[in-house]
Amino acid sequence: MDTRKQKQSDGQSASSVRDRTSAALPQGEDRDTLISYYHQMLLIRRFEEKTGEMYTRARIGGYCHLNLGEEATVVGFCAGLEPEDYVYTNYREHGYAIGRGIPPKAVMAELFGKETGVSRGRGGSMHLFDLERHFMGGYAIVGGQLPLATGAGFAIAYRGSSEIVACQMGDGTTNAGTFHESLNLARIYNLPVVYFVVNNLYGMGLRVEQGSAVSELYRKACAYNMQSWRVDGNDVLAVRDAVRKAAELARDQHEPSLLEAVSYRFRGHSVVDPDRYRDKEEVQHGRDEDPVRAFASRLLAAGVLDEQTLQEIDAQVQREVDEAVKFADESPDPSVEQFMQGLEEYVYAPDTPERKGN
Amino acid sequence: MMAEITYRQALHDTLREELLRDENVLLVGEEIGVFEGSYKITAGLLKEFGPKRVVDTPIVENGFVGMATGAAMLGLRPIVEIMTINFIVLAMDQIVNHAAKIYSMFGGQCPIPLVIRTPGGGGQQLAATHSQNLEVWFAHVPGLKVVAPSSPADAKGLLRTSVRDNNPVIFLENLALYNIKGGVPDGDYMVPIGKAQVTKEGSDLTVISYSRMSAVALDVARRMEEENKLSIEVVDLRSLRPLDYETILNSVRKTNRVIVFEEDWRSYGVGAEIAALIQEYAFDDLDAPIKRVASLEVPLPYSKPLELATLTGAKQLVESINEIAPRRRRSQS
Repeated sequence: MDTRKQKQSDGQSASSVRDRTSAALPQGEDRDTLISYYHQMLLIRRFEEKTGEMYTRARIGGYCHLNLGEEATVVGFCAGLEPEDYVYTNYREHGYAIGRGIPPKAVMAELFGKETGVSRGRGGSMHLFDLERHFMGGYAIVGGQLPLATGAGFAIAYRGSSEIVACQMGDGTTNAGTFHESLNLARIYNLPVVYFVVNNLYGMGLRVEQGSAVSELYRKACAYNMQSWRVDGNDVLAVRDAVRKAAELARDQHEPSLLEAVSYRFRGHSVVDPDRYRDKEEVQHGRDEDPVRAFASRLLAAGVLDEQTLQEIDAQVQREVDEAVKFADESPDPSVEQFMQGLEEYVYAPDTPERKGN
Repeated sequence: MMAEITYRQALHDTLREELLRDENVLLVGEEIGVFEGSYKITAGLLKEFGPKRVVDTPIVENGFVGMATGAAMLGLRPIVEIMTINFIVLAMDQIVNHAAKIYSMFGGQCPIPLVIRTPGGGGQQLAATHSQNLEVWFAHVPGLKVVAPSSPADAKGLLRTSVRDNNPVIFLENLALYNIKGGVPDGDYMVPIGKAQVTKEGSDLTVISYSRMSAVALDVARRMEEENKLSIEVVDLRSLRPLDYETILNSVRKTNRVIVFEEDWRSYGVGAEIAALIQEYAFDDLDAPIKRVASLEVPLPYSKPLELATLTGAKQLVESINEIAPRRRRSQS
């Protein structure tokens, strides 16, 4: 076996919240960029809190999974990619959609089931999609997105273009057949895909070590002769840099890789989950590690932000979230009449003209 | 111009022509390249088009069907071969939960131009796991199209149409059809999806069928016309989804007697669907109950006598025809 590919490293070492809060910012970080990361993280935090609230007020139906606690992972992931790159995610994807530039109002409208939603009210929380922004879908069958992302990588390699594919998944997915099938396919065909595992320690209620024979999930890549890393998912810059490195490998050498970000869910698996299976102390510890607050402290300590700017960002985020809810609220439902008259058009793509790709 | 070629050759030639026509078309599947296909449909294509266009995969049906679906999301037009329909069960998640849903579930943003070719059928002593007819599983699912050609000409015409369709198409072949010969029109011959064909006109009763049983029905109908002066109309469905209501109902209104003849299991099968459709729209046109002729509801045994007893065929069809044909025309045997 080629041991050259086994350069796995454990990047989780420097990870207490005190370290992160006081850690000096790396040299050469652009001030506005740092502030934009913070803005995005806070936006996702407030958006998801509002989403939970709207769910309990029955404005949102179905299942609803929040990114609360995972904001650094989400924003770091998005920041490590180029705008033309393709993103596939699982069903816990509101933050990723926003992070990839989909307006929060189009996401909220989708959660409300409105015609103005990003999937026109057809998909809901678990099925956000925006072809124009190469946001290729939230997928609600665990592991379902992996073969698809692999295929997108296949199409890129087939055409010889320079995008890559980043495929997000949860920790439980690494036990599924599609995980192993996809990593193997990506390696044998040398496809430009970054597989990105968000390890929030639980697959629904099952702890990682109860569900997986290997609890350091990044190590599973060795079976596919694939480079892999673990990164602190509470550190937005660390996640960004790791994604960037994996993306470069994919872009420049068409080499797939696996990245594991260790993170924590603030709440239950979905909005309706009372979260009785997690130890209270552990949950409190997770919340104390709050990645949004930690990043704010870090920016304050480094003099990138001051209290006044923080408050301005807070107010602006609040406006954005309020506007999203207002937009969703005021948007029309899809027309039942048009739907009933056009079932064929709803289900099937028109025959002509042939689609020539995008 | 009509060339007389086998069903296998018609498929092979059409794949080759589509590969030549459109650079976005590629073939994906197990053993289709170096091994030249388990049933040799893709023989020679790797040599001609290279490994970029003819992609050998490992044995991971869900993985490579999903990979092809993902490639189709970015505008490629993959044609997947599943070695036999029995193995498609491993890919149900990617077909039913993904390929069939992506266009509608995401608000019509992303078509899936994908063809999945696969042969069904029993009779080769391949036993329970290698002899099934699972097409109704797919015909049940909105978002998929399902076609089932019974002749070399339809194999060509429907395959061309399927490759150029912007939706996932399950293209059903049959092991026992690969060697049959028939005339195939030259050139850019296309058969529309969703249109049945009356392969033989008749006035006494109608046999509705598809795939290999449709070819068997045609033989039986011709023979019985000669021997018993029975005038049997044969409707070859060609497509199971969408289903051609018009051709079916027109034939019922003409003959007033119907047999649905299918190689799969009877319960919840194609015959059940068609019988329901007919009673709903043409109840008053029926002079006899609709008959379903299908295979016995057991996992197919290996033993030759048991296999023969299980599978339906010409004998069972003739018996049913004799049961419901107008009395004056029934065979004395």
